[in-house]
Amino acid sequence: MSHFFDLTLNGISAGMIYAAVALGLVLIWRATRVINFAQGSMAMFTTYLAVTLLDRQVGYWEAFVVALLAGLAFGAVVERVFIRPLRGKPEINAVIVTLGLLILLEGLAGAIYGVRNRGFPAAFSQSGLSIGGRRVSFSHFDVFILVAVVALMLSMVVLFRATDLGLRMRASAFAPEMARLAGVRVGRILTLGWAVASFAGSLAGLLVAPTAAFSPDYMDLILVYAFTAAVVGGLDSPAGSLIGGLLTGLALSYVGGYLGSSLEPLGAAAILIVVLGSRPEGLFARPTPRQV
Amino acid sequence: MSERRRLRVQSLLPNQPLLRHLLAAGGGAVFFLAITLGLSAYRDFEMGEIALYAIVLAGMSILTGVNGQISLGHGGFMAVGAYTFAILQIHAPMPLGLELIISMAASAALGLMVAMPATRLRGPYLAGMTLILALGLPQLADKYTATFGGDQGLATTAPTPPAGINAEQWLAWIEILCALVVLVLLANLVRSRFGRSMRAVRDNEIAAALAGIRVARTKVFAFVVSASCAGLAGAFLGLSTGVVNTGEFALTLSLYLLAAMVLGGAGSLVGPWWGAVVLVYLPQWSTSISKSFSLGNSVGANLAVVIYGVVLIVVMLAAPSGVQGGLRWLGHRALRLGAARSSPIIGVTTGIGPEAERPPSAPPTAEHERTNP
Repeated sequence: MSHFFDLTLNGISAGMIYAAVALGLVLIWRATRVINFAQGSMAMFTTYLAVTLLDRQVGYWEAFVVALLAGLAFGAVVERVFIRPLRGKPEINAVIVTLGLLILLEGLAGAIYGVRNRGFPAAFSQSGLSIGGRRVSFSHFDVFILVAVVALMLSMVVLFRATDLGLRMRASAFAPEMARLAGVRVGRILTLGWAVASFAGSLAGLLVAPTAAFSPDYMDLILVYAFTAAVVGGLDSPAGSLIGGLLTGLALSYVGGYLGSSLEPLGAAAILIVVLGSRPEGLFARPTPRQV
Repeated sequence: MSERRRLRVQSLLPNQPLLRHLLAAGGGAVFFLAITLGLSAYRDFEMGEIALYAIVLAGMSILTGVNGQISLGHGGFMAVGAYTFAILQIHAPMPLGLELIISMAASAALGLMVAMPATRLRGPYLAGMTLILALGLPQLADKYTATFGGDQGLATTAPTPPAGINAEQWLAWIEILCALVVLVLLANLVRSRFGRSMRAVRDNEIAAALAGIRVARTKVFAFVVSASCAGLAGAFLGLSTGVVNTGEFALTLSLYLLAAMVLGGAGSLVGPWWGAVVLVYLPQWSTSISKSFSLGNSVGANLAVVIYGVVLIVVMLAAPSGVQGGLRWLGHRALRLGAARSSPIIGVTTGIGPEAERPPSAPPTAEHERTNP
């Protein structure tokens, strides 16, 4: 039973990471109808930036903030340079470009920093908390992960529901032509959407780096699980990405704990098959009619 | 004038697609025979590798260029073919042809399982699903070491050549023959009723459905065809390298396959050969480049990766129809110049798909005029 309890806690912590990456995928999907397969490797790159700063004796939190801001800028640049020229062309072209970015960034990181696992420090202790005299597998750092991702989600809710900018972002995502007629600079809003998504991704990259084997491909699996989470939550729903992330994190933690961690990717495939087979629009999206 | 010239060129070829494709394949066979006769054993091995990569890339080219779906997991399907083949050879040896067909069938069966739920929907679901497979299948082989041999992998035995031919050359011939057979079959498929259905589904699913095409079935069919090509190529890869292990089928293989297919030209059946040449030779080129510029070890190891990434991005942004599309455009331009006509060239393509296949002198469509003034 305590094993189950520990797996549950691990699942929550991992699920938060998946939720943050999934949020990035959802934001970009809503804005530009592209799945950004480079989401993980962009986060990997900003995390390596943080490592470079840490190596130069920059403080931990300064490096953390710089990496987050770099994520913000990186997303905007990628949208402007690589995605904008492909608007109006088949969606598959943009998808292939994001895959090209994935390969390019992993190759660059390997060339610059080497492919070996070099370790990334955690902000807080990673040894388990003790609750009621028993040591559980949930550390101060896991608490930090939980707080950071929940704060990210809450600020997204505030952004989308309570600000003028959020309203413009929603309008640009759902009715770009109407939004343009109403005076919204849709192009800029799309760039901003990519920037925010990349910000969320680089937060996840920084949070997961201490526990993952930190090397240029450490985000590959995270990206795949985040994609699963985004599909479970419905690709259109930012709130769904939190719940999808949690469900995916828990399910994969149980699969890994009871059946072996090498089965986790196939567990994710099984989740996708079940969700796509039963509720193809995700568990939380409303069905939408398709137009010719 | 140019119209007449084009007709004259066309009339040299037989009218039936089957005959035309067989003729092209025969030409390819003669070409490869001439090449391999003059080569060392190692070069023969490379020719065989080119042929096997052409098989998997051709399947992907049909899937993406003709049907508009994208797979990030064809390395995984190659792994299924390779492991099926190796296990058959070890536990139930039978004639080579039969082993190859069963390997294809295993890969096709997995393709069916993957495509059925994922193609119910438009959009990125299939891509994500196949990405998971590419990551997950090798780990499965690592877990069940008793069956799959773990890191060591499973050994394969190459077919015994007839007297007077060395083993590499014999295997290369078998691979090239199979590649040409597969390409003829695919070329006929693309020209058939199924091919038209696949294109219709790519261009507009709802219109295709209204025209009586079973959209989901067409997509699943295209996916299964390309998965079985990958299975065959995987079995050949196991034969060529003499061993099947998980290191060969990492996620990067799937992504490099995609890059090579896009570079060759999605939807083309000549493009896969360009892509295959790049897959076989790029690692060597990049190693020698980084040596001659005395770049560091980590740069040398990653230069090829960087090039694949740059290729994917640049081709998509600048020339989505790839090398083959570019060659076709050049050829068409040469014809036009020869005909001394001053009408604008319309061969530049704007995306994967219909433009890439349009015959050179087809009239410009509204879409062309809009995107390519």
